[in-house]
Amino acid sequence: MSDSVDPMNPTEPLGKLQKPATAIPSMAQVSKERRTAASTVLQKIRTSHPRASRIPDTVFAVIILLSAISVFAIVVLVAWQLIDKSRLSLHQFGIGFFYGHDWDPVAGSFGAMPFIYGTLVSSFLALLMAVPLSIGVAVYVTEMCPQRLRAIISFLVELLAAIPSVIYGLWGIFVLAPLLREYVEPFLARTLGWTGLFTGPMYGLGMLAAGIIMAIMVVPVIASITREVMTAVPQNQREAVLALGATRWEMIRMGVLRNARIGIVGGVILGLGRALGETMAVTMVIGNRPEIAKSLFAPGYTMASVIANEFTEATGDLYLSALVEIGLALFIVTLIVNALARLLVWSITGGTARVRA
Amino acid sequence: MIRSFRVLLCIAVLVSCAFAQTRLNGAGATFPYPIYSKWFNEYHNQHSDIEINYQSIGSGGGIRQVQAGTVDFGASDGPMTDQQIAESKVKVLHVPTVLGSVVPAYNIPGVSGEVKFTPDALAGIFLGKITKWNDKAITSANPGVNLPDQSITVAHRSDGSGTTYIFTDYLSKVSPDWKNNVGKGTSVKWPVGIGGKGNEGVAGSIRQLPGSIGYIELIYALQNKIPYGSVQNSSKNFIKASLDSTTAAAVGVKMPADFRVSITNPPGKDAYPIASFTWLLVPTSPTDANKGKILKDYLFWMLDKGQTMTQALSYAPLPSQVVEMEKAAITKQVKP
Repeated sequence: MSDSVDPMNPTEPLGKLQKPATAIPSMAQVSKERRTAASTVLQKIRTSHPRASRIPDTVFAVIILLSAISVFAIVVLVAWQLIDKSRLSLHQFGIGFFYGHDWDPVAGSFGAMPFIYGTLVSSFLALLMAVPLSIGVAVYVTEMCPQRLRAIISFLVELLAAIPSVIYGLWGIFVLAPLLREYVEPFLARTLGWTGLFTGPMYGLGMLAAGIIMAIMVVPVIASITREVMTAVPQNQREAVLALGATRWEMIRMGVLRNARIGIVGGVILGLGRALGETMAVTMVIGNRPEIAKSLFAPGYTMASVIANEFTEATGDLYLSALVEIGLALFIVTLIVNALARLLVWSITGGTARVRA
Repeated sequence: MIRSFRVLLCIAVLVSCAFAQTRLNGAGATFPYPIYSKWFNEYHNQHSDIEINYQSIGSGGGIRQVQAGTVDFGASDGPMTDQQIAESKVKVLHVPTVLGSVVPAYNIPGVSGEVKFTPDALAGIFLGKITKWNDKAITSANPGVNLPDQSITVAHRSDGSGTTYIFTDYLSKVSPDWKNNVGKGTSVKWPVGIGGKGNEGVAGSIRQLPGSIGYIELIYALQNKIPYGSVQNSSKNFIKASLDSTTAAAVGVKMPADFRVSITNPPGKDAYPIASFTWLLVPTSPTDANKGKILKDYLFWMLDKGQTMTQALSYAPLPSQVVEMEKAAITKQVKP
């Protein structure tokens, strides 16, 4: 900062330029003043209080540090337990477990690939449907909604998040699956069947049903975060874009969404996290078949579902440790997905320094 | 106010100590949970100082907990394997309690009556070899029934369960193809079909999907009025599952001394072929002698009074010879 010339507070006089009488202090000046003021106060506290009163401060600092470390410690402990309990299966199958296709408890042959595939496909399908919908909801509520409807709509969207996932599962079995089987799936097979994604017997239950239910569960998460981030964009951004002659949609796109995009990506990551871990609703509608199929009508299986289904009755140490290893696979997949998403955010913002959430 | 509250609390603690309730803990199979629940409640009504607590965490969990010694007794729909018994630190006696059976339930559009299934037909359907309802293997046993030209959708259990164990045990006995390719277990690799969670999941799938077939507990089918078929037994008779035919299945089989027996596909002209015992796993040398004595007392009560309560809840009672054998074994083998 020392080599840039500040016209409001020049270190060298610029000819005959005088400092105006009502000089506005620069940002550098203000922050420097604040820092000196704070350090003066702290000095006064330190010298005026006796030594003994610094112990509570130190204790407080240690407690806070321990709380911060404990979060990290819990993650490490979880990872350690997962690795420890799946040791038998790790030893037996090695790295081949993660791309094995077979899940046969009787023969003792286990492979995680169908579950990894099922988890990733159902989560991404859910996001594909949920993200445009949630952004649409958020845009409507913040920008276009009449004032008196705003509270009602945002309340209803948040209500979706409050519904327990078992209820979603039941609704999926009794309402969504018949709807898909009778109307939606035949329509998709007729129109888009050539893609290979909408072929095969139509059960109603399957990957498509799971994706739709997860999308509904993820919408309130993404919508509420997007709404908050959009509200936080300062009004002068919107006005500036409008002043340059933008239409309403252009204003929303350039003035609001562009500024809010980091927060939106953060919301999407949160939604993805919820989708990856969702168990009950998914296991009730996905058909629970450990097979990889191209068609979205086919049943599938996710990692969380297989653990929930088979853990209590798992007899035999290898079977149990294979299930724990599926848990380890879920843990690793979640970490990788979150890391990739974080990298995406950093690449948009151009570095780690500007990361907000 | 606080002081009187403290006094009240002390009195409450002392009073509860004075009642000195003995509590037994058990865990295991989900299938017999309704009848166990009723028994433990009735026993508590007759002996008010004894409380037996049961958690239906699944047969696998029951076996593990009794081996680890965290519960006073376990319960399982499938007997422990030789390997599990060898590995177990705690020696247990398998005590059969009731009988249950598994039925093939279906949803065939246009068919409301009973469909007869031969063992080959059932094995073929669940192996994925028989794919249409009007296949010869099924129509040959059902001359008067108008079976449609519709694909068969198989519904099976996605969670590990004793019901699956009983059904796959039966299929392994009647179909060498099944035995070699799939085998028996609480959880197997199903060649075809979609998985539902619990009896209710399978029943839900059957109800929703036209042309579907699945296997569920008899009690479940009766209480929810789901149509189910009859199965051909080893004497070539088509038997529909009922409490009587289930008990008949147990009569024909010779009971070994350790009570670990499979009664699927048994001899007997009235026997229903897909039935099974469910067992309590009782430690033979319990660590707490008082609790051991109470448990023994409970078992005798269960074999006398308890057996009269089973039919009301649609469980089949044990045959009388089995009851006599069990009483002798409990007296001899379970200490104190």
